[in-house]
Amino acid sequence: MIKMGIKMLQNKDKIFNNIFGFQSNKLSYALKRGDWDKTKKILSLDHDVIIEKIKNSGLRGRGGAGFSTGLKWSFMPKTLGERPHYLVVNADESEPGTCKDRDIIRHEPHKLIEGCLIASYAMRAHKCYIYIRGEFANEAKILQSAIDEAYENKLIGKNACKSGWDFDLYLHRGAGAYICGEETALLESLEGKKGQPRLKPPFPAGVGLYGCPTTVNNVESIAVVPTILRRGENWFSKLGKENNTGTKLFCISGHVNKPCNVEEEMGIPLRELIEKHAGGVVGGWDNLLAIIPGGSSTPMLPKQTCDIITMDFDSLKNAGTGLGTAGVIVMNKTTDIVEAIVRLAFFYKHESCGQCTPCREGTGWMWRLLKKIASKDASPRDIDNLLELTKQVEGHTICALGDAAAWPIQGLFKNFRDEIEMGLKQKQIAAE
Amino acid sequence: MKKEQLKAENYKLCIIDQVKVDEILDKYPSNRKASAVIPLLHYVQKKSNGWLPVPEIERVAEILDMPYMKVYEVASFYTMFNLKPVGKKLLQLCHTTPCWLRGSDEIEKSIFDTLKIKDGETTPDKMFTLMKVECLGACVNAPILQINDDYYEDLDYKSTKELLNKIKTKKNIKPGSVIGRKSSEPYDKNGNKNVTK
Repeated sequence: MIKMGIKMLQNKDKIFNNIFGFQSNKLSYALKRGDWDKTKKILSLDHDVIIEKIKNSGLRGRGGAGFSTGLKWSFMPKTLGERPHYLVVNADESEPGTCKDRDIIRHEPHKLIEGCLIASYAMRAHKCYIYIRGEFANEAKILQSAIDEAYENKLIGKNACKSGWDFDLYLHRGAGAYICGEETALLESLEGKKGQPRLKPPFPAGVGLYGCPTTVNNVESIAVVPTILRRGENWFSKLGKENNTGTKLFCISGHVNKPCNVEEEMGIPLRELIEKHAGGVVGGWDNLLAIIPGGSSTPMLPKQTCDIITMDFDSLKNAGTGLGTAGVIVMNKTTDIVEAIVRLAFFYKHESCGQCTPCREGTGWMWRLLKKIASKDASPRDIDNLLELTKQVEGHTICALGDAAAWPIQGLFKNFRDEIEMGLKQKQIAAE
Repeated sequence: MKKEQLKAENYKLCIIDQVKVDEILDKYPSNRKASAVIPLLHYVQKKSNGWLPVPEIERVAEILDMPYMKVYEVASFYTMFNLKPVGKKLLQLCHTTPCWLRGSDEIEKSIFDTLKIKDGETTPDKMFTLMKVECLGACVNAPILQINDDYYEDLDYKSTKELLNKIKTKKNIKPGSVIGRKSSEPYDKNGNKNVTK
């Protein structure tokens, strides 16, 4: 049994104070919340000093992979050569279970814009593109008007914040493709092509957008940067756990009494997160079946693990899953668990870009086989075939979509194989 | 629809605003015009009743100095571009796991009971088209129905029916949560906003 309520993120340590939009998202209100405060002073620091500070804060990318943001920035060339540098912000939020970036864009757009300026300056980029998913039409309008406001007040543009750094920020809308959340597919899409991932190397830091050095970061990773620099990297690194520092936006969906987004410290116990913020599991904690902890790609956790697990990159990795985007999908005992994963398998089949054969064909077969198992019209051998198939897709594709399609299915059978086989056998016996 | 067929029907290109086109092109380096293909297709689709007839795709190709096939490739790759006519109100219903857990099947049933359309179908009066889509990215407000550009959140069977009936009778509807929630805060059904302060 975990101890409840050891620590809960205090209001003063929250970065996103207007995440629910109770206040206006306009500049005048953002200023009151502390955005754009002494940005000029931050921009008077050397480029590499900023990168070093972000590295020391321990910030790990909030888009899923959890790679050190500062380290990623340091891969950019140290001098501005003939080719311009670009920062591209990944706002193509489409991982099932995840909806945090939408709220940052709607309610805290100035945190993102200021972050774009500082991050671009640190990486010696004069231009930044924000790639927002196409379905977020209204969110794009809000963000565009915030960008216009920042231009009008000379916070960005020529001599941004009177720092002497010229900075242009553009908003680009996608058109509905999950794969464009993969960084190189996003760059292809931004160049006006189909969103099909590129082979790496070369990595974007060497050859990215238009063949120029580029860094792609998630919205949340960029939006927290100004606050980290203002309050100090030590403040951020003291929050959370070692190697998993800071705060994080969690999205709690599915069978909970009050589905919500919430900012919490990294390393919060999963049970505490759900009971304190999301009103608990529908039907009580004992009615819990399984939880997908970090967006659809991460394998599910059975209840006994949910009892004790803490929400951070390393703990979840050790439990055979991942923090991913921190999209927590809760399923209680009323859930047909196979059908839940059938839906995800269909999602990956639909979203496969079709470039690599194992993924294009494999996602279709995984969906069909799983559907067969869901309808109980299958034999235990089908399960073995399906699991073998997931192994043949995993690791054999250019990008991680193949892996992401395989993992939820592997997670399903790791935890529920006995029950599923039992169901199949019962149906067989009934038929005979 | 085939190009010839459209020609026979004297298809008239929609009117586009050059200022708006230049505004889009300005965002990208002048030698990288192709970057504007998605924004331009969005713009043209909006002007031409929510879908992209071949002559419109051809025109976008012309503006951007791109081969027609490259533009068609983009238009067919991304799910938001419709290559067939759609109703005036495009209903996009999310049916991925988080929405399904919260009852998206009920919403589908409600739409069928109210409008008698299934996935991919359009009402005879060309008012509504239903499309089942993958995750719309607002999972804590599930289930979600997107109507043209707007999200309608926290739906159930009854509220979906009411929503559609209001559209049918041309009454005003407000986008966002239908249960009075501001956005993604923890919300109590009794109306007490229990926000962790």
